[in-house]
Amino acid sequence: MAVAVRAEGLTRRFGAFVAVDHVSFEIAPGEVWGFLGPNGAGKSTTIRMLCGVLAPSAGRAEVLGYDARRHPEAVKARIGYMSQRFALWSDLTVRENLAFYAGVYGLRGREARERIAAWLERLGLLDRQDALAGTLSGGYRQRLALAAAVLHRPPVVFLDEPTAGMDPLSRRQFWELIRGFAEDGTTVMVTTHYMDEAEHCDRLAFIDQGRIIAQGSPAEIKARQMVGHVLEVRVEPLIEALAVVEEHPAVREAALYGAAIHATVDQPEAGPALAAALAARGFAVEGVEPVLPSLEDVFVALVEAREREAAA
Amino acid sequence: MATVETRGVRKHFGHVRAVDGVDLQVARGEIFALVGPDGAGKTTLLRLLCGLLLPDAGTATVAGVDVLADPEAARRRLGYMPQRFSLYGDLTALENLRLYAGLYQVPAAAFRERSERLLGEFRLLPFAGRLAQHLSGGMRQKLALACTLIHAPEVLFLDEPTTGVDPVSRRQFWRILYDLNRAGLTVCVSTPYMDEAERCSRVGLMDQGRLIACDAPGALRAAMAGEILEVVAEPRARARRHLRHHPLVRSLEVFGDRLRVLVDAAGAAAPELRAALEAAGVAVRSLRPVRPTLEDVFVARLTAAGGQDAGRASSRREA
Repeated sequence: MAVAVRAEGLTRRFGAFVAVDHVSFEIAPGEVWGFLGPNGAGKSTTIRMLCGVLAPSAGRAEVLGYDARRHPEAVKARIGYMSQRFALWSDLTVRENLAFYAGVYGLRGREARERIAAWLERLGLLDRQDALAGTLSGGYRQRLALAAAVLHRPPVVFLDEPTAGMDPLSRRQFWELIRGFAEDGTTVMVTTHYMDEAEHCDRLAFIDQGRIIAQGSPAEIKARQMVGHVLEVRVEPLIEALAVVEEHPAVREAALYGAAIHATVDQPEAGPALAAALAARGFAVEGVEPVLPSLEDVFVALVEAREREAAA
Repeated sequence: MATVETRGVRKHFGHVRAVDGVDLQVARGEIFALVGPDGAGKTTLLRLLCGLLLPDAGTATVAGVDVLADPEAARRRLGYMPQRFSLYGDLTALENLRLYAGLYQVPAAAFRERSERLLGEFRLLPFAGRLAQHLSGGMRQKLALACTLIHAPEVLFLDEPTTGVDPVSRRQFWRILYDLNRAGLTVCVSTPYMDEAERCSRVGLMDQGRLIACDAPGALRAAMAGEILEVVAEPRARARRHLRHHPLVRSLEVFGDRLRVLVDAAGAAAPELRAALEAAGVAVRSLRPVRPTLEDVFVARLTAAGGQDAGRASSRREA
C-alpha cells in the first residue's frame, strides 16, 4: 500500500506529561482519515508533529516519504494545515488575507488572483471578500481559514476541527468539499467532535489520553468496539425518563440521542421490560427498538469505559 | 408571563442587518434554543438581550427589567456566557470565581455558599486550587459556567457553549443545564448542534436577522414541508448519483452507510425511487420513511428559501 502519512511509535512528552504515547497509523493517498477523541487527548499535538512544527520525543512522523523531523521544510511545502486557532489577520479583509497567504506560498500575479477568486467562489465568500476578517462570524472564519490552507493545492491536508461552530447546512457543504478533495487525490486528515461527520470518513482512529484505542472503518469500529446492543427509547417527557432508564437493571448505560434515549443493554430482548417499567412510572412510551450503534454511541462507550477503569 | 421578551428589536452594522425586527418571548422555566446559519444574527441578538449592545430600534426586557432603560439592573438578573469566555489562566478555579463574584458585588457569605455548591454540583471541588490554564477543556467550560452563575441570575444566556467540546463533555455539560433548568433557571442557548436543540422546550430558527420559525421541536417537525426517506443501497456512490438527479428528490444527505432523501410525499416517491435505483443496477437493501430530525427541518426551511448551492449561505444577507 502506498502511504501518504505515517506515524510510527510517535511520542511527545511535555515534562512528565505524555501528550502522545506511541501512536502508529498509516493513511493512504486520497483517503479521508478521521481523528477522534476527547479534548486534550493528543490530536492536535499529533498533527503538529506530522506537520513538522513540533519535534517528537520519540518515534517517526512521515509525510509523502519525508521524515517530518529531518526534512520539515519538504513536508511543509507539501501540506496544508488548518489549525484550531488560525492566524487570520483580523484587520485585513478576506481577500487581503488570502493574498497574504498566496505570497507566503510563493504564488504570484495572475495565478494568485485566479486561485483566490476560485476559492472565494467555491467557499461562498464572494460577498464577504471586502469584509474585515475580524468581523466574520465563526462559520465564515472557518471557511476563510480553509481557503488559506489549501490555496497552494497541497497533496496532503490536515484539518483540525474545521467545522467547529458551523451551521448544519454549511457543514454539509464543507464535507462535500472535503469529499471533492479526496476524489481529486488529496489526502485528508481531519479531527472533529461531530460524530455524524466521522461517519463520512473512510477510516478513523480514536485517541484517548495520548493512545490510540481503536482504528478502522466506521463499520469495523462499530462491529468491534461496541459491547452490547443499543435500544432507542422514544418517550415523553424525555429528560425525566432518562433517570428511570439509567436505573433499570438491564441497562448498562443511557444517554440522550437527538429526541430519544439510547440505552446500551446486554440482551436486545430487554426492550419490552424497559418499556413496561417506563409505562408503569407514568411515562408516555412511543417505542423501544434495537438500532445499529452510531459512532457517537461507540465514542461515549469507549471513553466512559476508560474513565471507569481509571477510577477503579 | 414572558421572562425574556423583545419587540421589533433591530441592529444594523453598516449595511448589514444583523438583527432585523425580532419579536421573541421566552417563558419562565423554559430551555430555549436559538439556531440558524452562520451569520444569521444569533450572537447579536443574545448581546442585545444582555444589554451589551444598544439596538437601533425595538425593546427588550429580561426578568421584568427594561434592558435599554436599566442595563445595570438587567445584568444583575441575567448571566451571559459568550463563545469565548475570559478565564484568567494564572488564577485558580476558586480565584476566578471570586473575581467574578467581586465584579457583581456578591456578599462574602453568599459567595462562600454558592462557590461551594457550584463547584460541588459541577464536580470541580477537587480542582478548586488548580490554575485555570491547567484545567481540561471540559472543566474550563464548567468553570466558565460557574462564574456566569456566581451572582445567582434568573435567566442564563449561553452562546454556543459546546462548540469544540467533545461528545462526552458535551453530554455532561447538558446534564448540568437540565439540572439548573429543573431548579428553576430560565435558559436561552444558541447552538450549531441540532440534537441539542431537539431537546429544548422551544426552538427559534433565525435567518438573515429574522426569526423565521419558533415552536416546540415536535411542532416544527410536524410542520415540515416534505418527508424523509432513508435508503440503504449498494453501490452507494451510484445510488447517490441517481437519487441526487431524480426529479422527486429535493435534497439528499449521506449519513454513514445510509442516504437520507427529502421528498414531497414519501408514499408516492418510495416505489418510484426504488424502481429507478433497481433499473440503474443498484441493489436496494432498504428504503423506508423515517421520522424527520430537527436538522431535516432546518435544511428543508433554508433550502426552500434559496437553493442548496455553496453560495447560498453567503448570497442573501446584505441589506
